[in-house]
Amino acid sequence: MSNAVSALQGALYKGYCTVEEAGLVGMITLRGDLSSDAIAKAVKAATGAEMPGQGKITEGAKGRAGWMSPDELLLIVDHAAAPKVVEAASKSLADEHSLIVNVSDARAVFRVKGAACREVIAKLSPADTAVMQPGMLRRTRVAQIPAAFYLEDDQTAVLVCFRSVAQYAFDLLADAARDGGEVGV
Amino acid sequence: MLILECPYCGVMADETDLHGGGEAHLKRFGPGSSDDDFETYLFHRANPKGVHFERWRHVSGCGKWFHAARNTMTLEVYGTYSAQTYEPPKAIINAVKKKHPEWEGYE
Amino acid sequence: MSTRLAKGGRLIDRTKPKNFTFNGKRMKGYDGDTLAAALLGEDQMLVGRSFKYHRPRGIVASGAEEPNALVNMGQGGRFEPNQRVTTTELFDGLTCTSQNHWPSLEFDVGVVNNYAARFLPAGFYYKTFMAPAPAWKHVFEPIIRKSAGLGKVPTEADVDRYEHFYHHTDVLVIGGGVAGLAAALAAGRSGAKVLVMEQTHHWGGRAPVDGGEIDGQTPDDWITATLAELEGMDNVTLRTRMMGAGVYDHGYALGYERVADHTPGDDRPRHRLWRIRAKQIVTATGAIERPLSFAGNDIPGVMLASAVRDYAVNWGVSVGDRTVVVTNNDDAYRTALVLKEAGLDVPVILDARDHSNGPLAEAARAAGIRVEVGKAIAKVNGGKRVTGVSICSQAGEGSAVEDIACDAVAMSGGWSPVVHLWSHCGGKLIWDDKQSHFRPDPDRAPTGHDGQSFVVTAGAASGAMSLADVLSDAYAAGQQAAKAAGGKAVRKAGPKADPEATQPMAPVWIMPQGAGHQKRMKMWLDYQNDVKVSDVQLAAREGYESVEHTKRYTTLGMATDQGKLSNINGLAILSDALGQPIPATGTTTFRPPYTPISFGAIVGEARHELFQPIRRTPMHKWHEDAGAYMEPVGHWRRPYCYAKPGETNEQAVHREVLNTREKLGLLDASTLGKLIVKGPDAGKFMDMMYTNMMSNLAVGKCRYGLMCSENGFLSDDGVVARIDEDTWLCHTTSGGADHIYAWMEEWLQTEWWDWKVYVANVTEQLAQVAVVGPNARKLLEKLGGMDVSKDALAFMQWKDGKIGEFDARVYRISFSGELSYEIAVPASQGRAFWDKLLEAGEEFGVMPYGTECLHIMRAEKGFIMIGDETDGTVIPQDLGLNWAISKKKEDFLGKRAQQRSHMSDPDRWKLVGLETLDGSVLPDGAYAVEDGENQYGHRNMIGRVTSTYYSPTLKKGIAMGLVKHGPDRMGDVLSFPTVDGSNTEIKARICDPVFFDKDGEKQNV
Repeated sequence: MSNAVSALQGALYKGYCTVEEAGLVGMITLRGDLSSDAIAKAVKAATGAEMPGQGKITEGAKGRAGWMSPDELLLIVDHAAAPKVVEAASKSLADEHSLIVNVSDARAVFRVKGAACREVIAKLSPADTAVMQPGMLRRTRVAQIPAAFYLEDDQTAVLVCFRSVAQYAFDLLADAARDGGEVGV
Repeated sequence: MLILECPYCGVMADETDLHGGGEAHLKRFGPGSSDDDFETYLFHRANPKGVHFERWRHVSGCGKWFHAARNTMTLEVYGTYSAQTYEPPKAIINAVKKKHPEWEGYE
Repeated sequence: MSTRLAKGGRLIDRTKPKNFTFNGKRMKGYDGDTLAAALLGEDQMLVGRSFKYHRPRGIVASGAEEPNALVNMGQGGRFEPNQRVTTTELFDGLTCTSQNHWPSLEFDVGVVNNYAARFLPAGFYYKTFMAPAPAWKHVFEPIIRKSAGLGKVPTEADVDRYEHFYHHTDVLVIGGGVAGLAAALAAGRSGAKVLVMEQTHHWGGRAPVDGGEIDGQTPDDWITATLAELEGMDNVTLRTRMMGAGVYDHGYALGYERVADHTPGDDRPRHRLWRIRAKQIVTATGAIERPLSFAGNDIPGVMLASAVRDYAVNWGVSVGDRTVVVTNNDDAYRTALVLKEAGLDVPVILDARDHSNGPLAEAARAAGIRVEVGKAIAKVNGGKRVTGVSICSQAGEGSAVEDIACDAVAMSGGWSPVVHLWSHCGGKLIWDDKQSHFRPDPDRAPTGHDGQSFVVTAGAASGAMSLADVLSDAYAAGQQAAKAAGGKAVRKAGPKADPEATQPMAPVWIMPQGAGHQKRMKMWLDYQNDVKVSDVQLAAREGYESVEHTKRYTTLGMATDQGKLSNINGLAILSDALGQPIPATGTTTFRPPYTPISFGAIVGEARHELFQPIRRTPMHKWHEDAGAYMEPVGHWRRPYCYAKPGETNEQAVHREVLNTREKLGLLDASTLGKLIVKGPDAGKFMDMMYTNMMSNLAVGKCRYGLMCSENGFLSDDGVVARIDEDTWLCHTTSGGADHIYAWMEEWLQTEWWDWKVYVANVTEQLAQVAVVGPNARKLLEKLGGMDVSKDALAFMQWKDGKIGEFDARVYRISFSGELSYEIAVPASQGRAFWDKLLEAGEEFGVMPYGTECLHIMRAEKGFIMIGDETDGTVIPQDLGLNWAISKKKEDFLGKRAQQRSHMSDPDRWKLVGLETLDGSVLPDGAYAVEDGENQYGHRNMIGRVTSTYYSPTLKKGIAMGLVKHGPDRMGDVLSFPTVDGSNTEIKARICDPVFFDKDGEKQNV
């Protein structure tokens, strides 16, 4: 829909890392029995990705699937495709106790780009960012809000938080990435 | 500042990622229960100096509640385990007993 | 006088002069100086006045233990009081001023307290509180006020920025002296991840000053080589200017990094607080030299012997031309030798021991220095500066046998390991008789989450006092920590030094040992807080036997230096007075931080916009652009009202009410909580969560529901919609969404885990707008899309479809009593939808309205508000909501509690409407009283106002309140005393809480 906008409409900050709001991203919460074949099939159909294990995020042709908890996945797809994905998954899992909801607009997504992307997040989160590698997903907090993050590659961290605190999260990341603040660990 | 291993995520979670929920293994009393039972359920809480079983929620993580067996004096953590149990698992009991042979046991 | 020597100074670069000012006087130092070294280099020995007696005070130490030399640093937004000159790096343009004096440092009126010192002994304040009140007001308080306070309070906001940094490591080494470096070497070689922090900006600590050889190299050369090796290890991180501030539970430690204190204004964070999780912590924190207690030991020019040595060796500064050394141990002889080497005069070394024949003593004699054994200082002569000392026998009572002219005194009472970080988290100490100090007891270390020890001390911090012992202890500590943290075994040998012969020190707690009261009143223990030997002895005589009590009674060790120099000497005096050995007295508790850290560092980024998260709806910016007056609701900011130019907020609220009642209003209701509950057992679960029956709600219908806590109190309310056979959507209050979501999860996870129910919080997925007023339907019909007629979408129904081009879910619910649609659209389209409604609604008189208008309209209709009518002690029955409490259900959360005797007491206060007899507005929270008094002599209270507003619709004040037997007293008039001082009462009549359109004719159209 042409009316749709993300919380910060692609806001950008350049410090010693770049912080960029990712714009509209499709996100779906899928709750269910993660050991079920039907759910694995639905995840594959939605994203092309395999079922992620504990603490992992997998990538497929159409999106990613992140492990959020023992009974919850986060499916990341194209924003415009999300309603259809929800519909299709709900249909295919109709006989399975599950809950599939579109949460695309409940979230804000940021990319922190640069060699020190882990360091920028480490100023805000008690999680050990040094051990994070592409393919891992960590739910934690940044300063005073809950957030999840993963690495797209060694120099790109993706951070997901609630939409209402998008400005706070952006300001936090920008402050952490400000020139002169390099820790250099 | 404690660290507890979330049995669901497998991460060593910082206390600031967690939310404490008080004594574990309470039995709920609803309509039909005696005043004494209900009072105990609602208000009476163990506050031991030593071995204690607690509820914690991995609030900034997976959002799941879990239980921890912990020493309130030394802060040693004997183990964390699923909240979906009526009493501490055998392995946890054994871990406590190993450290404290004199411990009178759970309940 | 103190001066800069012509040569020497291993830490300074004489080619890089740095200009600074002290009390406005221009001074010069060099790159690498501390402010203390630079001040001494300019002969500024007097730097401040003491806290209580305003005695002139000079620099005593050369590091973090300094008690005296605190200054006001910087200006404007960088002004900060109580900064230690010994730990401040000099930079070009530094400005500082001395503290605690008036009118000037040299001439201070407050010094009158010094002459009144005999009247201000320990416990003065406590005793004074017992004096008659007039004496307190006219005599004592003015004196105390005059003498209180150190530096000035900053008046401007801090212009610098601060940040936190979370770091995880296997081994944390605190302290970068040779011990810390040796420990780091061992840990680094094991492959473990290592962080080493050093509080100063240079590595190696005291070793280069004290001399000796490490693996055949000078300490400086060994340090350089070791740093090179450590820097070459990928697993080792080295940080200077970073202090280990505290050690906490489960391997948590704080590192206080002073990133830019020495480069102000360069846009780097000033301080960075490292929040570290370490598997193992090595504290290589060194030792601190103890002063000796002799009369006049606080006169400027009396310094720790090690500090005198540091200034000479590190910064090429001479503290005095003629320095008397007084000691009870061998180490101070090093100072005499260093001074002699620098061409300065050491008239005598006074050694309190009865003989002195160690290698250092022999070296001093060989250098031609006079050594007197069994001798002590009877008193120091001088006022603002040492002019000489009188010598006496240590064994006697202090009769002077000789006066010696000098301008400095270097004292050494032995060394105490820095055990603070070891002790912060429960590490225990053991008394070492040989060294007369407390040192860590390795068998009683702090333990972590696994029950194993997680702190190990290294070097002097363990009590190792020779270079050889320091190195072997520290390397072993590094190996031990690395192994415990999972590193591999290290075979490579550690650094070594040759053992040296020393003569044991002798404990000397008072000098001379038989000193009388007059002398003991001039022996300072705590320089900053002006606590003397006589004060501690007085405390003991008055019955303060516990060291913790004596500390608080005398204020010993309670100043900003936390007794780093004074505590052990004070303990020894107390033990002696109590006639018990020192370990029986014990120590006071060591608490973090090691030295004060800035509030900025603690706060980190959480200032200004980042002070706390502010939640914004998709329409937030529109509200701000429209000039809305915003109010906090939880972390949300919601428009309270939208005042037009020239309008007060109150006028705006009234306009919004009337416009909504007469035409059309829009409310941004996006903050309302929205939870989806789904599953085969969802109906059963809903029936437990709500007091109402929710399982029988028909698909397509809505029902207002109440939630209670297990003890029966009303906690949240909202409209529930049945979406399909096994799905419900629950609206919660704006502030309650996260809490209620967590509440549902808690019950599902911990009590009914076998129930098949999933919950999702979709609050932020949807933007929600309430379209309210007689013209609401016209607006929606104009936009087109779904049929919103009365028949197609009746009151308390919902429907999915299109409103204009927007995918929407429309609820026909009303919190205002008007024809009302609450419309949810995806949040990404919320702003576009809002804009569309405003644009299309113009012809129908649309106006946005805020939360205050919402409150008034709901109060006119008698609808309760969580947080107004409820306060955590109110049950639904109190509010006349019995209709919403199912009688059919066997159980729901809160049901059992509501059966308790107090909950069914007919005397509980119950909800009624209140209208004043004169139409005025009742004050919020006012209490209704009746005749008689309660047991405390207060008037009997029978009720209180919970909501009160001026109703623009009814043109009078309306209120709701909880009143004893209220519903049975319709028409009675109650008295509400005012609290504005007028001693008047407002009369209000009890009435029906529904003030407007009781039959609901306006909403059912």
